[in-house]
Amino acid sequence: MTLHVDIPEETLARILAKAFRNRSFLIGLVITALVAAVAVLSYLWTPYDVTKLVISDKTQSPSLAHWFGTDHFGRDILSMIMVGARNSIAVALVAVGIGMGVGVPFGAFAAARGGLIDEVLMRMNDLVFAFPALLSAIMITAIFGPGAINAIIAIGIFNIPVFARVARAGALAIWPREFILAARAAGKGSTLITIEHILPNIATLLLVQGTIQFALGILAEAGLSYVGLGAQPPMPSWGRMLFDAQTRMVVAPWMAIFPGMAIVATVLGLNLLGDGIADILDPKSRRQR
Amino acid sequence: MSLLEIENLSLAIGDTPILKAVELSVAPGEVMGLVGESGSGKSMTALTVMQLLPFAARASGRVSFDGIDILAASEDQMCALRGDDIGMVFQEPMTALNPVKTIGEQVAEGIRWHTRSSRAEAEERARKMLDRVDLPAALFPLSRYPHELSGGQRQRVVIAIACALKPKLLIADEPTTALDVVLQAQILDLVRDLVAENRMGLLLISHDLAVVTEMADRITILRHGEVMEAGDTARTLSEQLHPYTRQLAQASMHVPARPKAHGAGQGKPLLEVEGVTRDYPGRRASLFKRAAPVRAVDEVSLSMAPGQSVALVGRSGCGKSTLARMILALDKSTSGTIRFRGETITGKSETELKPARRDMQVVFQDPYGSFDPRQKVEKLVAEPLHVLEKKPTPAERREMVAHALHEVGLGPRDMDKYPHEFSGGQRQRLSIARAIITRPKLVVADEPVSALDVSIRAQILDLFAELNQKLGIAYLFITHDLTVARAITDEVLVMHDGRIVERGKTSEVLDHPQSEAAKALVAAAPDLHRAIARRLQEQG
Amino acid sequence: MTAYLLKRLIIALATLVLASMVVFAVLEIIPGDPARLMLGLNASADQVEVLRNQMGLNAPLALRYLHWAGGLLSLDFGRSYTYSVPVIDLVRERVVVSLPLALIALALSTIIAIPVGLYSASRRGQAGDTIAMGATQFGVAVPNFWFALMLIYLFAVWLRLVPAGGFPGWSAGVWPALKSLLLPSVALALPQAAILARVARSALIEVLNEDYIRTARAKGLPYRAVLWRHALRNAMIPVLTILGLQFAFLLAGTIIIENVFYLPGLGRLVFQAITQRDLIVVESVVMLLVAAVIAVNLIVDLSYAVVDPRLRSRQ
Repeated sequence: MTLHVDIPEETLARILAKAFRNRSFLIGLVITALVAAVAVLSYLWTPYDVTKLVISDKTQSPSLAHWFGTDHFGRDILSMIMVGARNSIAVALVAVGIGMGVGVPFGAFAAARGGLIDEVLMRMNDLVFAFPALLSAIMITAIFGPGAINAIIAIGIFNIPVFARVARAGALAIWPREFILAARAAGKGSTLITIEHILPNIATLLLVQGTIQFALGILAEAGLSYVGLGAQPPMPSWGRMLFDAQTRMVVAPWMAIFPGMAIVATVLGLNLLGDGIADILDPKSRRQR
Repeated sequence: MSLLEIENLSLAIGDTPILKAVELSVAPGEVMGLVGESGSGKSMTALTVMQLLPFAARASGRVSFDGIDILAASEDQMCALRGDDIGMVFQEPMTALNPVKTIGEQVAEGIRWHTRSSRAEAEERARKMLDRVDLPAALFPLSRYPHELSGGQRQRVVIAIACALKPKLLIADEPTTALDVVLQAQILDLVRDLVAENRMGLLLISHDLAVVTEMADRITILRHGEVMEAGDTARTLSEQLHPYTRQLAQASMHVPARPKAHGAGQGKPLLEVEGVTRDYPGRRASLFKRAAPVRAVDEVSLSMAPGQSVALVGRSGCGKSTLARMILALDKSTSGTIRFRGETITGKSETELKPARRDMQVVFQDPYGSFDPRQKVEKLVAEPLHVLEKKPTPAERREMVAHALHEVGLGPRDMDKYPHEFSGGQRQRLSIARAIITRPKLVVADEPVSALDVSIRAQILDLFAELNQKLGIAYLFITHDLTVARAITDEVLVMHDGRIVERGKTSEVLDHPQSEAAKALVAAAPDLHRAIARRLQEQG
Repeated sequence: MTAYLLKRLIIALATLVLASMVVFAVLEIIPGDPARLMLGLNASADQVEVLRNQMGLNAPLALRYLHWAGGLLSLDFGRSYTYSVPVIDLVRERVVVSLPLALIALALSTIIAIPVGLYSASRRGQAGDTIAMGATQFGVAVPNFWFALMLIYLFAVWLRLVPAGGFPGWSAGVWPALKSLLLPSVALALPQAAILARVARSALIEVLNEDYIRTARAKGLPYRAVLWRHALRNAMIPVLTILGLQFAFLLAGTIIIENVFYLPGLGRLVFQAITQRDLIVVESVVMLLVAAVIAVNLIVDLSYAVVDPRLRSRQ
């Protein structure tokens, strides 16, 4: 008897059909699309101008005029959340891009070459993993100055070993397969094989890890701006809003509740999306049902 | 009165019907062989008896074991039966044992559970049982972990677990399919003895008619979940009343027609292997010390003529696949030279190898693993065109792929499909199409039919024979299956412990083996003709 | 076995040395002169130069690294620029807050996560599993500092059960001290527990699909016994990996959580030191935390060998 292939063998149509029956994928997709839409919308329109301070309206509780209330400068919380979404998405997305762009080639290369190069690359990975990511991000942003760009770099650096590890593990599982031997017998070198056979077959893994890191990036960005090292005022950011809310919990709890819920919803949406994709494309999880 | 009585059993998983009105019985002390090709529902029948079916499975009909209605039994009742009155042996010994528990714990566990005996008593019984399956405690202490044992030894442990409490019924689901022929013969002997000693009923499930014929008193032939024919083994197989029985039996003994190999045995040798050795670095014993290197291939020399079909046979782990990979320049030799069409290929760079690669292709065993599931057939079959000096245009490429597909009996429409849209046999055809697209002089085939059902296997062997005739391709068949060697090759090389120990004309070597290794292989190989003859003789 | 242990140990030590070089190098390239920082803007260039010599800042780079690293080994971390006390004293008084916090959180998260994972895996696809996994989805998505704020609002502001922040010190008695660590550790633990529970569940489900589980059931063991005796130990390996990673995460998490609750721990110390450019404190505390992470990873590697006999006989 033969061992069964663990790579999805599906046509696009069947994958789509399955996607529309997958609950977590659908919920995740809707939430993520909503957050993205809100972020795009904020460029065109927000209920109120988030740069204008209206002290007379400060710390108003939620009302018809201000659905989520106002902050201590009289700014509309809903509008700030909308603009903050841009910042969160941009930081996390670029950080994932950095992690994938650098980490995947590293991991795939390590798997293709093996031996000493692999060992050295993986030990470098261990080194980065030894630094608690948030602590190091705080150090980096503190040293090079707070701001969205430095936050992106700091978060991005710690995405690199994550993607390197996933790419390497995925590639190592593909390399001993017979279709790789067949490609080698056809005279193809390791670079060509990596591009033609390895990367397409680990794309699913990377996509799932991408959504996870995206979600973690949103959390990390919120943490950094909460301690004052992310996007700087007047640019609204979810973490910063929570920091402002902390000392005013007693008088204006809505200042803390709504931005927090925005973070939870976004991260939840991305995680559900990732789970859904993994469910749909990974035959292992299919077997489990 | 039967020990196991299956009447009108139907089974569905979700909406998919698996079994339809299956009838089967096993008397105490009787061996019942359940035969069928993949997907015929043999394993599901066994799992129904054990009540270890997947969650979505629904069974109807009647299954009674020793007077107990299995389909109506509670989980507690089943737990009392499993392991005590019904034992089961599975196909895959490498994964059937828990890697973090010792073999002693795993054998003793069932004993303790059912007999409520003390740890020491259970261990004593486990020790005796392991001794009975030829794993004496002096060599294999109870404290061994599964990863410290070979596949054959692990299967012995699984058998020890299943037979520890002398069950009334033993179910063995393809117990030797993952093992080589010599181990297969040993394991089958062991099972036969255990069954006879304890007067157990045995339900032996196999795809291999020869194995079942050697073992079973009666036989049930299953196809697509339905019983085709059932009855006394020797009579059923010698009379072959049912057309499917005849089809199965003939496919098992199929020999393709090969009038005269195309220009075989003339001219300069196509392939010359001289004193090739391959060492693998030994396991690291400690940080600074390594064990002595393992010699997988030891000073092997051989040569092949153009158009010749040669079998390389041997037990698993004898080094035949390593040798094949070195010939294909997929693995580097430690020493020795390999010449292909008179040119040395050992020690050459990938660029220098290109001309040789054009004339040398490969077919692998696993029809599922040998295609990238993300690419379409056109791209997959065209992959070896990479070595051509002049890159074909897309139109030429399609033309060449269509031609190769035609030669293996597939149509040009198949070009735009993905590999998963094909059956196992069709995939092996694709694999052959890929191998012949560059018009090679030599195709190395590593167990190309051993993953296929017998009827498909016969067709693929025919295809190999036809291409050998038509295109004059030389074959190096790597196989542990002597039937395949006999069916399709002119010469046989017998490999043992990294060396070639015997070489000669296929029929001569297989009929009159000289070396110990060849004798062992021939003696262990199941043979349907021989098995039927022996059964008839025994019955007079 | 010994080869495996030795290799892990050497890797851990090498990582530690490399990490110390990285920390040292990063702080080297930071703009700003610690001597000038200590003396203030009005100091003359000569005064700064004198202090630089005193602090050994003019020595060659390699020498300064060796001096610093040697100091670390003998627990001599130097003197804080802003507090003017030995760094080790600062660390000593802060670590008694951070370490109990991280350990309580880790214990809490494990105690919650493993039973939830077991429950869910054994009721896969049923209502209980769906509810538990829905809850963990939320748990994973909640930022711990926001969760902390909500806890403060609920238990400190509304119900007034626990203090909203601050730390009375262990001298004030064990109970008051523990009480002030309660909310912070819950805030740290729950999101981690959610992750761990999911990992435990999927590891168990994966193991339950293995062939040897079928062998165990064919022996007649009931499902529950199979789960406990065969599945759990095999599923421990991924769980241990995540536990190790979580320790690093918890250490970093304490930085923010200590800020939320105004706890005088290591995280708050390093955060203040960064904003005050008290580099010697930053260096020392970061090194300490990195060493802790490496040590925990080493322990995780060693416990693999305890769980998995295959590792014991491999290199």
